[in-house]
Amino acid sequence: MAKTQLKEKTAPVVDDKRIELRKFIDEMKTKEHADSHLIDVLHRTQHLYGYLPTEIMDEIAQAMQIPTAHIWGVATFYHYFKLTPPGKYEISLCLGTACYVKGATQILQVIKDELKIDFGEMTDDGLFSLGPARCLGACGLAPVVMIGERIHGELTPKKIVQVLKEYRKQAGKEDGK
Amino acid sequence: MDNSKKITITINDKQYKVDPGQTIMQAADTCGYRIPRLCYHPKLSVEGACRVCIVQVEGMKNFVASCCYPVADGMKIYTNTKEVRQARRDIVELLVDNHPEDCHTCERDGNCELQRLVYAMGIRHRHFTGERKHYEKDLSSTSVIRDPDKCILCGRCVRMCSEIQGVHCLGQAYRGFNTVVMPAYNMPFAESVCSTCGQCINVCPTAAFVEKNHTQELFEKLNDKSLVKVAQFAPSVRAAIGEAFGQPMGRNMEGQLVAALRRLGFDYVFDTQFSADLTIMEEGSELLERLQSGGPLPLITSCSSAWMKYMEQFYPEFIENISTCKSPMSMASSLFKTYWADKMKLDPKKVLSVAVMCCTAKKFEAARPELEVHGLRTTDIVVTTREAAWMIKSAGIDFVNIRPEKFDEPLGLSSGAGTIFGVTGGVMEAAIRTAYELYTGETLVDIEVNDIRGLKGVKEGRITMDGQELHVAVAHGLGNAHQVMEMVREDRHRFQFIEIMGCPGGCIGGGGQPYATANSIPLDEECLKARAQALYDLDRSKTIRRSHDNPDVQRLYREYLGRPLSEKAHELLHTHYKAKTPRGIVSRSLKVV
Repeated sequence: MAKTQLKEKTAPVVDDKRIELRKFIDEMKTKEHADSHLIDVLHRTQHLYGYLPTEIMDEIAQAMQIPTAHIWGVATFYHYFKLTPPGKYEISLCLGTACYVKGATQILQVIKDELKIDFGEMTDDGLFSLGPARCLGACGLAPVVMIGERIHGELTPKKIVQVLKEYRKQAGKEDGK
Repeated sequence: MDNSKKITITINDKQYKVDPGQTIMQAADTCGYRIPRLCYHPKLSVEGACRVCIVQVEGMKNFVASCCYPVADGMKIYTNTKEVRQARRDIVELLVDNHPEDCHTCERDGNCELQRLVYAMGIRHRHFTGERKHYEKDLSSTSVIRDPDKCILCGRCVRMCSEIQGVHCLGQAYRGFNTVVMPAYNMPFAESVCSTCGQCINVCPTAAFVEKNHTQELFEKLNDKSLVKVAQFAPSVRAAIGEAFGQPMGRNMEGQLVAALRRLGFDYVFDTQFSADLTIMEEGSELLERLQSGGPLPLITSCSSAWMKYMEQFYPEFIENISTCKSPMSMASSLFKTYWADKMKLDPKKVLSVAVMCCTAKKFEAARPELEVHGLRTTDIVVTTREAAWMIKSAGIDFVNIRPEKFDEPLGLSSGAGTIFGVTGGVMEAAIRTAYELYTGETLVDIEVNDIRGLKGVKEGRITMDGQELHVAVAHGLGNAHQVMEMVREDRHRFQFIEIMGCPGGCIGGGGQPYATANSIPLDEECLKARAQALYDLDRSKTIRRSHDNPDVQRLYREYLGRPLSEKAHELLHTHYKAKTPRGIVSRSLKVV
């Protein structure tokens, strides 16, 4: 009797990131309560991809035999996990107490106006994405933002516009190369 | 249990002897208390999320949720002190705080567990006016509507979908106030792995899940003078619809429903049980053919629409094991627009074919393009038992006191075998009654097959026919179906014939059946048993109890179809299934590389 063959929707792309992730999952699966290592796997995914692509979550579901709806529940529960791709420059705006008191909301408004994006979004050109931070431990410099790995402190509405401009310039230069 | 092993607890200063190893709620249930509850359901895992069931326990600093706190010897429990009443009331008050204030225009008005709870708690006005939720309704599915604004996050649907149905379509996403029950990636239902079984509707205490309503469309069509309106209804509808009119569980309302449908405007009322008999003729012959030709076995039933969608998604490698028979609903609809329309000299396009079903998945089935005959959709509208009950009320028909009427001919007569199609094990039993005789040429004396009756999740039985032993399995609820399919995957030769129904208890527990009444709970076992008994009693009351003895079925073959599995029968009564791969399928069949 002929067996109905199951076809994969699309052949999964095998790239270095996928191989590394699969290795990590295989390692997690040898541990006790393998399911409970889902968060570790999602952490690794975000480390590799910068966010949690849904195609990768599909693959994690298959590899770990965990329903996709459950993975989606975990991925959306934690603020740490990003569901949209990050921009080239990730802006984390500190909304901790000190920054808040020193006018973080004003800075936020300027960023929103300048870049036309809200929290969790990315500019159309892919340069900037914006997210909130609770405290960056730089209260002395409040209000602060972290862009990529760099802290920009003692911000004013004027200064943040200037900072964003510099990043744009830098990106232009890099493109020019 | 032996009385000496019982422990003594005190509830509200009265002593009771109870079994150890239960929760406070379970123990209190046996002592005549029914502690208010919401997220708890005896068939589902304990979540302890809603805190409605809190009680006071002497020596404990805080109130405890009685659904998940074990009793202990000497425990002093208070269920009704001023403090606990106040706290419970506040909890429910906060639950409704962000709930829309639209009870009088809500689908569940009068059938809402939350509404009943609010009433029982004595909440007569709102103290808190907090933020409300504003989400889009998901209207994408043919069967189930999701309305997160009405959701109180009890999680019963999520547990039902994963623990009982094994579909895992629903999950809770985001957190705190922003938590929403949704399919993965907030996919529209129509694109998700949802099997359309509608059990989320059954267990939802509010109107966060309701069926896609087709009553307005049907009322409009019933007023269209150019159409000939034909209705059919499923076996289990008659066993349950009475509940929607305050009748006791398990009262057979067949004749009343026929009469009421005529008064709603239907010109002809036929019985899905007739086509259930027809299904047995086709499926029984299919089974014999496969037994004789050696495969593909096991043969697996195809009547349940939710099971069919589930199978196409999760077990496509077994497609050729699935019976090619259409469901009884679709067989009847095909005949309405061919055999019967011919007979009546009607243009099939002018025949309005309506099915009253215990099922939300039938709405999905009716829309399947592969079920069209001569380019025509055969089932035009499917309404659930609930929708039909509402239409009857809305049209001012005295359902309870109406004089029972008989089905129209020639698609209205059925055997007892067709009747028991509505309960788990029934299709198998009906098939055995016929297959045995077709195979052996002898009459089966004891036609009641008790091994495969009852509410056990997976039932197995052995039937000896002419020295050949058939090993059969019956499963109800998709989670149990999954179990049986895993057995088959392990050993393809273990069973020869498998019956699967997508809902707990079979069609009697379908996603379109009346909501639980005030004194019951969704999918209450007693209720399912009573509905099943109604069908078994009806079977016993009939003189014709085997499908092949149905004279109108015989006439249909004589006049029109020829014989079972004939070319004509294949054209009208059989179909095919295709693998479906919506996102979110965690396929257990694909080898993980």
